[in-house]
Amino acid sequence: MKLFRGSSQTPETNDKAAQRLTRRSSGLAEVARIWSSQDGLCILDMGATSAGNIRHFAAMGHRIYSEDLLSASTEPDLVTKDESGNPVLDSRKFLEENLVYPAAHFDVVLCWNLPDYLDESLVKPVVGRLWSVLKPGGALLAFFHTKDAGPDSPCYRYHITGNDSLDMQAVVPKREVRRGPTGAVHRSIGSGFRLQRVFNNRHVENLFRDFASIKFFLSRDNIREVLVVR
Amino acid sequence: MEVPKTGEFAHIGKSVVIKGELSGSEDLYLDGQVEGSILLKGNDLTIGPNGQVKANVEAKGVTVQGKLEGNCLASDRVDLRKSAVVMGDVSAKRIAIEEGAYLKGKVDISREGTK
Repeated sequence: MKLFRGSSQTPETNDKAAQRLTRRSSGLAEVARIWSSQDGLCILDMGATSAGNIRHFAAMGHRIYSEDLLSASTEPDLVTKDESGNPVLDSRKFLEENLVYPAAHFDVVLCWNLPDYLDESLVKPVVGRLWSVLKPGGALLAFFHTKDAGPDSPCYRYHITGNDSLDMQAVVPKREVRRGPTGAVHRSIGSGFRLQRVFNNRHVENLFRDFASIKFFLSRDNIREVLVVR
Repeated sequence: MEVPKTGEFAHIGKSVVIKGELSGSEDLYLDGQVEGSILLKGNDLTIGPNGQVKANVEAKGVTVQGKLEGNCLASDRVDLRKSAVVMGDVSAKRIAIEEGAYLKGKVDISREGTK
């Protein structure tokens, strides 16, 4: 697994935030078959709040839940220390306040690029919680950068515009937050979330090893789309 | 930020703190703090940019510019402006969310409206 440290500033952040890029998504096309063929699904969107996604699912008669975990992970109260005295995020406290749903509640979870930007201490606990809130047979869509992606790859808000198409808009965090446990994590948070690491395929498989199946979709923009089924 | 004219709305200013049940039959602009519940059936509620509400809210229309912690039940529409932070379930006939608004909760859009 490749970890990114250090920081870089992007002064043109506001311009980036206004831009929307379009991409085709094979993973989305696969998961869209689920919500197009069934009624009354329970769907969790874990990206930055997207009015378009809410409208999209509401119009189809599905129940849509929105929970921006990346923003929630910047809560200053989460910082604690491990046995060695190093600052880390308190994953237990995080999961007491976030992703609090009954077991087997969701049919689909849209994770987007959350694992690549989430603090290291939260990734596995969050995936564990996602396994428990997904119904057996439920699907989770996540995007992972490939090793060719640079540390300045922007974190995007994903807007669903069709069964296989997405608009991507760079996320600009609202609040300046703590200096993070790893030193580099939060230096640039005022101008955008920072890519924390790059998972290789084996790491992705390990991350989702409790799930029943995993499918990779390769794309041309240094992103691997991953569809896992509980 | 848009602020409704005083004559059209009841105003609760940003220095006001209310704990308890707040109900009425006129539109309300709330820029202060409320903890409890807000019931404005048939009327509109606007939570201003300084507003901090920890309450379940029921109104005809709800516009949020500030912070709302609690469930929001609107018989007509909900507008979340770009500065809005909403932590709770939202139920309405229509919803508009500006880019930048933060929402944590379930969204229920009912064509028949809320009961």
